[in-house]
Amino acid sequence: MSVLTGGHSATDLARERKFGSLYSRNARAVVGRGLMAAKSSTWLVLVSGFFEPVLFLLAMGVGMGSIVGTVQGPGGLEISYAAYIAPALLAVSAMNGAIYDSTWNVFFKMNFARLYQGMLYTSLGPLDVAIGEIFLALLRGLLYATGFTAVMGVMGLLTSWWAILVIPASVLIAFGFASFGMGITSFMKTFQQMDWINFFLLPMFLFSATFYPLSVYPQPIQWFIQAMPLWHGVELLRQISVGSFGPATAIHVGYYVVMIALGIMLTTGRLRQLFLK
Amino acid sequence: MNRPTVISARSLTKAYGDLTAVDNISFDVPAGESFGLLGPNGAGKSTTMKMIGGVSQRTSGSLSIMGLDPETHGPEVRAHLGVVPQQDNLDEELRVRENLIVYGRYFGLPLRYLRPKADELLEFAQLTDKANSKVDALSGGMKRRLTIARSLINEPRILLLDEPTTGLDPQARHILWDRLFRLKESGVTLILTTHYMDEAEQLCDRLIVVDKGRIMAEGSPASLIREHSSREVLELRFGSERNATIGVELEGIGERLETLPDRVLIYAHDGESALEQVTARGLRPMTSLVRRSSLEDVFLRLTGRSLVD
Repeated sequence: MSVLTGGHSATDLARERKFGSLYSRNARAVVGRGLMAAKSSTWLVLVSGFFEPVLFLLAMGVGMGSIVGTVQGPGGLEISYAAYIAPALLAVSAMNGAIYDSTWNVFFKMNFARLYQGMLYTSLGPLDVAIGEIFLALLRGLLYATGFTAVMGVMGLLTSWWAILVIPASVLIAFGFASFGMGITSFMKTFQQMDWINFFLLPMFLFSATFYPLSVYPQPIQWFIQAMPLWHGVELLRQISVGSFGPATAIHVGYYVVMIALGIMLTTGRLRQLFLK
Repeated sequence: MNRPTVISARSLTKAYGDLTAVDNISFDVPAGESFGLLGPNGAGKSTTMKMIGGVSQRTSGSLSIMGLDPETHGPEVRAHLGVVPQQDNLDEELRVRENLIVYGRYFGLPLRYLRPKADELLEFAQLTDKANSKVDALSGGMKRRLTIARSLINEPRILLLDEPTTGLDPQARHILWDRLFRLKESGVTLILTTHYMDEAEQLCDRLIVVDKGRIMAEGSPASLIREHSSREVLELRFGSERNATIGVELEGIGERLETLPDRVLIYAHDGESALEQVTARGLRPMTSLVRRSSLEDVFLRLTGRSLVD
């Protein structure tokens, strides 16, 4: 039973009830379920998500880097090509980890395992499910980011103690993609539609100033890329990795804060529409 | 006995666009009753169940589950409900016992309560030796029993069962019925939908017959049969060619005649004597069978259609 104290106006009550049917403050049960399922599931998926950016770093950073030499990093610093692309690959890895958990994983649970249907027949509300699943996606993002940052350290690509902040910043990036990814996935009904997500992610990975600076593009394309989320993640981590901050840093962080807020609103609204219709 | 009403529906209606899945139905269920919704596929049974569970919003009418509206108090209402959906939705990534514990966590229940409770429910569902099996490895009947065990983890006062035995073999159905009967004896209110008349007769104290979203009749299985059918039924098969035309020749035998594509049903107080009259007229059915009237006959009478089609 809800404890509704006196002094609440009628609108307060109505709002509380509306919210009450969405959220029961028990997202940890969803997280607990995810951890228990992960314990028995294959670790291969987790491992492959970690190795992908490492392989890119070796091939592009070390391999191609040997003919590129040094490039100009944030704040005009000369850094090795590997050190230039490593933070970008970390942003990509945060994005991929979050997207994997919040799209394919959620798609399967929603449409085939009917997991959410079962959850929503308990005391859980859609917001508990959304928060729980997003938290799990972030946990995966945190693991990837920590592993990749360690690789960067071992390869001598970290030049500043500020660089340790790339780990929480990666989680912020993962949060943005996870909150949106789950909402978008709720619109998908078939595997073909799920492919559209890759269709969107691959060009974003290749062209978001990941491997070369944005300045190579004509101005309109630059604007377009600057509107995309990954570019902000790449720039944010690149700045942190060398400890060079500016007003742009705040804009990049702000971009993700807004993305997270909009994503959670979208996801919760969609879950409500889908399961409490 | 003056038992409190746990479910009260008034003019409950659910429309999906032009289709009215549930059309202005009203019913009350007292605590401890076993209440059935009998009807063919698409009658609106599952939709009614979803509205009771608060996972489907009604279009109009009112609904009260233990004094609460499931639409505004979803989580609180569901805290007192156990739900067995039509299709099993067990968590295949977890093992059998884990399924029970994790589900209990969704209700916010503590592990010190859930651990012994899970073992007790495994015992009840006769799955103790499968506690650490994967869900995949269970048979259809075992999965169903696990789903029912799972629905009991929060000690619900009301258990919603949507087609609990559909797709199970006869032996598995009887085991399940036995378990459900025990629950009923322990005082749990059962709400069950089914399109099997034998299931309804076995388990329901009272039921509503629904068709196209409307209530066609309400009462105990025995009273419904008494009201809407004769004591016995004579089933005759003359072959698919003759069934349709034989009606005229059978006129006057029994109280009522029903011609189906594959057989002719004669409703009579005494089936054997009706059969004698048929043979006295020189008619030779390929097969004949005298049986007691069932809810199937009630449904046929009320809607002109059979339950399972």
